[in-house]
Amino acid sequence: MSEDNSFVRKEMISERIPPAAERGLVKWVRENLFSSAFNTIMTFISLWVIYSIIVSVTPWFLNGVWDAKTVRECYDLLDGKSGACFAVLKERFPQLIYGFKYPSSEYWRPNLATVLLLIALAPILFRRLPRQLLIFSAVYPFLAFWLIWGGSILTSVSAFLGCALAIICYRRFSSGSFAIAVLVSLIAANVWWIIGGYIVDLNKSLLALEVVPSRDMGGFMLNLLLGTIAVCLSIPLGIALALGRQSGMPIIKWICVVFIEFIRGVPLITLLFVANVILAFFFPPDTSLDLILRVLIMMTFFNAAYIAEVVRGGLAALSKGQYEAADSIGLDYTQSMRFIILPQALKISIPGIVNVSVGMLKDTTLVSIISMFDLVGMIRGPILSSTDWNGVYWELFGAAAAIFFVVCFSVSKYSQWLERQLETDKR
Amino acid sequence: MNTSELARRDKFQFSMLLNDKRYRSYTFQFFALFVLICAMAYLGKNLLENLAAAGLNISYSFLGEPAGYDINQRLIEYNSQSTHLRASIVGVLNTLLVAFLGCIAATFFGVTAGILRLSNNWIVAKLMMIYVEIFRNVPVLIWILIIHSVFLAFLPQPKAFRGENPEATMLWDAFAFTGRGFYIPKPVFNDGSFIVIVTFILSIIGIFAFRYYARQKLYSEGKLLETRWTSVGIFFIPTLIIYFAIGSPIGLEYPELKGFNFKGGIHARGSLISLWFALSIYTGAFIAEVVRAGIQSVDKGQSEAAGALGMRPNFIMNLVILPQALRVIVPPLISFYLNITKNSSLALAVGYMDITGTLGGITLNQTGRAIEAVLLLMLFYLVISLSISAIMNVYNRSIMLKER
Repeated sequence: MSEDNSFVRKEMISERIPPAAERGLVKWVRENLFSSAFNTIMTFISLWVIYSIIVSVTPWFLNGVWDAKTVRECYDLLDGKSGACFAVLKERFPQLIYGFKYPSSEYWRPNLATVLLLIALAPILFRRLPRQLLIFSAVYPFLAFWLIWGGSILTSVSAFLGCALAIICYRRFSSGSFAIAVLVSLIAANVWWIIGGYIVDLNKSLLALEVVPSRDMGGFMLNLLLGTIAVCLSIPLGIALALGRQSGMPIIKWICVVFIEFIRGVPLITLLFVANVILAFFFPPDTSLDLILRVLIMMTFFNAAYIAEVVRGGLAALSKGQYEAADSIGLDYTQSMRFIILPQALKISIPGIVNVSVGMLKDTTLVSIISMFDLVGMIRGPILSSTDWNGVYWELFGAAAAIFFVVCFSVSKYSQWLERQLETDKR
Repeated sequence: MNTSELARRDKFQFSMLLNDKRYRSYTFQFFALFVLICAMAYLGKNLLENLAAAGLNISYSFLGEPAGYDINQRLIEYNSQSTHLRASIVGVLNTLLVAFLGCIAATFFGVTAGILRLSNNWIVAKLMMIYVEIFRNVPVLIWILIIHSVFLAFLPQPKAFRGENPEATMLWDAFAFTGRGFYIPKPVFNDGSFIVIVTFILSIIGIFAFRYYARQKLYSEGKLLETRWTSVGIFFIPTLIIYFAIGSPIGLEYPELKGFNFKGGIHARGSLISLWFALSIYTGAFIAEVVRAGIQSVDKGQSEAAGALGMRPNFIMNLVILPQALRVIVPPLISFYLNITKNSSLALAVGYMDITGTLGGITLNQTGRAIEAVLLLMLFYLVISLSISAIMNVYNRSIMLKER
């Protein structure tokens, strides 16, 4: 062993930086874009696709004309250049959003209703917000009815008080049998509504807004209206159908199975035909339900059948031990469903329910086929067939697609966020 | 508690109908049935009263009357003197045609996009993500209308093919893509074509038989037979030999420009093409997500284990990953096929005469037989849905994890 072992290093040398091709942007590009011959080809093809889209769309978009009265004026302004006629969106904006019959002096009402809708939804969507806001969510449907359809506020107040009475009765009697509590609350609400009908007739001018009949609703407002109401009504109905399908009572089970499979087996458009031409035959001769209400009934049924299948999936995904545990601590059916089964099953079903509901909102455009003037119906009907804006397809359909994209995309992003929030089992 | 007390508790009392779990379900079911029957009776009574008031009755005799309208896209003989029933059958065939074509194309778009979305090429993966998000979040009706106007606006009219120096030319002198639709060659069957077709079918059966034989050989003797090129050979050679031996009995009729329009060949109308394309690219976006989820659902350890056994990459894909991924992919895939069939009813928006356009559209409006027509329409879709569900159940049972 010699003392002076000069080639043994005493301290670590510092790391050298990796070669230029193995770090930073170059490495990322090499790994993500040019890792193999096939990948390189794919990269160039994609770049070419992006380039050709940009080259064709950008001038069309930038040259867009925003101020013109007719499509010919628009083409004159463009002077042979490629360009969009966005003027139609500006010119017909109220028609696209509210339809062509909603009185223009009253546009603040649907606007206010939409803003309030967001406020009412907030405590349901975000659990961190104060729970007292839920009271507003409960009041909102009645308020929105008054705002959008107009009339005396007494109608809404009376309907709300009836519902409140029903809930109070249910609370009062729910210590006893569930069935009796439901029965009592139904009777109480109906008695109140009969009395309320007379009270409403007494004073029709209290805080009265101009009455707007259902057939005057149109544009994107109609899509939102149909979508929101159908989704809200169909969630409870869907849960009830799913529970019915899971139940051990054969008659109830078969009623639910036939209903769900029938609705899921036919396209929505045939159900809308039913709403349009057949449903009126099934009501007493002197009643006249308006078309929106008939369409809403069918859409609610349609969505409920799909939600029922999603919830059934959630119920089936729970382990049998959960049902047995609920039974073994002596909970009855309603209690075990309310406290043990449904909270877990619904949590699993949230992504599915949101998917189905987004699908419902998209499917509200189908009402244009039975000649209702929703967003698509407005475009295909009054706007494209007018001499002023004949042939302006792209701008109009592009705008409609953009509106739906923004709404549906944000809803599905929200559901993904919620899914992560509700993830309680971190295994 | 002695036995007499127990006996007394078990004696039936009226309140047990509501309070005893054993009898309560009967009460509920009886109640539900009662409400259902009452509701049915009420609706039925209203229906009869309304029909009587309107002077209508329920009758299907209109199906035998001449329809009096023309259908331009049809698979079987039809003219305006044919009956409503025949018009409906033309509609049914048109629905099945666009649904069938749509399923194939949607699978193609979906599988391609789903696989490319998992690509390690960043830009391709992002492009596919944009495709999926854009198409999934916009109503299919808007897509059908947009794509219909794209076809009308960008494809040349037949007159553009005319003249010395035409603006548009046919592809290989056989295919013409015009704003009025696509014109493609039509096979013409002469004498003897029957034998060629039979040979072709027999050779396909032969391929399956050969593959079965090769597998038996592999399992029993451990011999690996070459199957790919042999299959290709069986597929082509016998049919071609017979085809030329008989003297080319199957010919092609090419579309030709006559005057202002194309004559001959098969004419697929613009409405069919745009509906087909829109439905398949829309549903393709959904299928892409399913395919991606299916491939991602296979544990990475599976492919690593197969690699550790020394399997080659294409064997790993075919024998290990795909069979497991398909178990996740196929059930939703079939429900998307069902969706295509149901969404094809939107043909009404572009004027393609499917069953909704004939029976639920013109026939309904001409005869005023709304109840009968819509019932038949629903029945048709129900039969299709239920039979596809039945097939799906059989398939699900066959691929279910066999737990022993």
